[in-house]
Amino acid sequence: MKAEIQKIVDEIHTECGEEPIRLMEVCGTHTMAIHRYGLRSMLPSNLQLVSGPGCPVCVTPIHFIDAVLQLATRDDTVICTFGDLIRVPGSSASLESEKMNGHQVRVVYSPVDALRMAIRDKHLHYIFIGVGFETTAPAVAAVIEMARENKVTNFSVACAHKTMPEALKRLAADRQIQIQGLICPGHVSAIIGIQAYEWLAKHHNIACVVSGFDPGDILVSVLMLCRQIKRNECVAGIQYDRVVKAIGNTKALALMHRVFEPCDSEWRGLGMIPASGLAIKSGFRRFDALYRFPVKVKKSPTPSGCICGDILKGIKTPLQCGLFAKECRPDSPIGACMVSSEGTCAAFFKYQVVKSCA
Amino acid sequence: MKNNTKIRKSHGSGGQQSHDLLENVFIPHFRNSYLSDLEDSAVLEGWNGNIAFTTDSYVVDPLQFPGGDIGKLAVSGTINDLAVRGAKPLYLTAGFILEEGLEISVLDNIVRSMAETSKQSGVKIVAGDTKVVSRGSADKLFINTAGIGSVPENLKLGAKYIEPGDEIIINGNIGDHGLAVLLAREDFGLITDIESDVNPLSSLIRKVLDADVKLHAMRDPTRGGLASTLNEIAQLRSVDMYIDEDHIPISDTVESVCQLLGLDPFSIANEGKALFFVAPDDCGRLLQILGSQPLGVHAARIGTVRAGNGQVVLNTRIGGNRLIDMPLGELLPRIC
Repeated sequence: MKAEIQKIVDEIHTECGEEPIRLMEVCGTHTMAIHRYGLRSMLPSNLQLVSGPGCPVCVTPIHFIDAVLQLATRDDTVICTFGDLIRVPGSSASLESEKMNGHQVRVVYSPVDALRMAIRDKHLHYIFIGVGFETTAPAVAAVIEMARENKVTNFSVACAHKTMPEALKRLAADRQIQIQGLICPGHVSAIIGIQAYEWLAKHHNIACVVSGFDPGDILVSVLMLCRQIKRNECVAGIQYDRVVKAIGNTKALALMHRVFEPCDSEWRGLGMIPASGLAIKSGFRRFDALYRFPVKVKKSPTPSGCICGDILKGIKTPLQCGLFAKECRPDSPIGACMVSSEGTCAAFFKYQVVKSCA
Repeated sequence: MKNNTKIRKSHGSGGQQSHDLLENVFIPHFRNSYLSDLEDSAVLEGWNGNIAFTTDSYVVDPLQFPGGDIGKLAVSGTINDLAVRGAKPLYLTAGFILEEGLEISVLDNIVRSMAETSKQSGVKIVAGDTKVVSRGSADKLFINTAGIGSVPENLKLGAKYIEPGDEIIINGNIGDHGLAVLLAREDFGLITDIESDVNPLSSLIRKVLDADVKLHAMRDPTRGGLASTLNEIAQLRSVDMYIDEDHIPISDTVESVCQLLGLDPFSIANEGKALFFVAPDDCGRLLQILGSQPLGVHAARIGTVRAGNGQVVLNTRIGGNRLIDMPLGELLPRIC
């Protein structure tokens, strides 16, 4: 395997020339793989990999977390969430701290688990926290349909799902960012296909390749991007073709569209982006936790000194942040990018790049 | 009648019921003259050299897991802490905190397991204590063990003897214990063959010491796994450790489950593993000795100590480099 990898790395060195090249990945799993396998240490020095807003937990705004925390403090509710959300700080608490205070918070591995718990225990209302991109949204849509079919009345979803295309357009239009290529998210693309990337390639001259998650996948994708950039022929390519089809997964998209509709959505660090979120349609309103249990939350300011917005855009790296690894650490995160294990700052913290290895 | 099968507060009172528990559960399993004398402390004989002394508490949940139970863990853990210092483990004490309502048969099984494990290593459990707390004040059963062993006076073994150039060897696969316990506790819907590696290492280590290899230090990578132990020593000695991911022994199942659950196998606890820091010219011989033992069949050289400033660098399996950092926070609670 090492020899094959070295061959790809050598080709990248040949293809990427001497001009600076900036490639952005927008998937937390890619961010982690790049760090875990030490890919940066193998690439030419003029080729820079920057991390974009690829971690759904990181881009979830504080006021949504605050809303969830209010739902958690009710006596009649049980909050069900994926594990990566549990330590995320709201403006004054986290689900973990509410759990320690005796409120009911359960970590689940699938939204179906939350529905099953609701069916087993009719006395309490089970709220699943729907945070994620197009990868998780279809599964949540399926569970909402299942809940309706089974006439479950004690289950709902607090929905903060986001969709990738409009956010990518926003990044592409931002003159500060200046990326030449995009390592496109494998799982998200399996659902949405490559239409959005074709648009980016055509209108913004950004090279796009949908990548798998093995280190070899990522390096081949980097090579494909370098070739596109060298020839100045930007298109939407698929390296991860064993999973991703150009048209995406039409069944999953149809399911998503039955239950959700596009809405304007706030991205932590990027601000409000029109039509970049998913809201539960009115026909399914009784499964919308924030409709059933309205909460009032104040908008919280960005913590002072935090440069997560610039990090999410790939303008700065965590090492340029004054809080990084000092006040802001994975066990006491301040900024969005440190809270999830797939956030850029958490990845930098865990797998710091080794500058010189003998 | 039914109540006689459960632990009651009176079992910790020091009165008749306490005595019954001692006579019916502890003494039959741990049987030795030190215990059956029922004195307030054991007077231990026959010392050569220095004394190694250690203690550890065990709160693992669940009490039984694939590959072992809290009893085997409580004995092995303390024996291993003595053995990696080069000590011959000799005597243990055992303190029990029992939750009211615990089935006595559960306690009996665990005490039997402790007796078997200590016998296997030629170690005697010579003193003990039992306390019972109200239901809800403890989770079923906690154990504290303390152990002492004898160390030859001239033995030079410990982190301070580690030098740049030393090779780093481990006696087998990493990550088995932490994952076995986690999978036994949480309902992930995964069925695997992962078993805890919990085992006393004293016999294996004795073979190594008897062969007189140029061994500089040993450590058991328990909580915090390989990542924690390597970082601890690297920082303590201000040396770098260069680790080859390719050479780290790990089962395919552990690797897949870690990927699936997003866990880092380098940070997961082991309970039957030791890291050996050995002079390079004796590395081959040490691997041969370990490989000939049942608890060392997967032994491998995983890296090298180099002059540096306390970093642990991983050469990844594809040829990249990154740091292995000290694990943060409690990754997997109550695994030992």
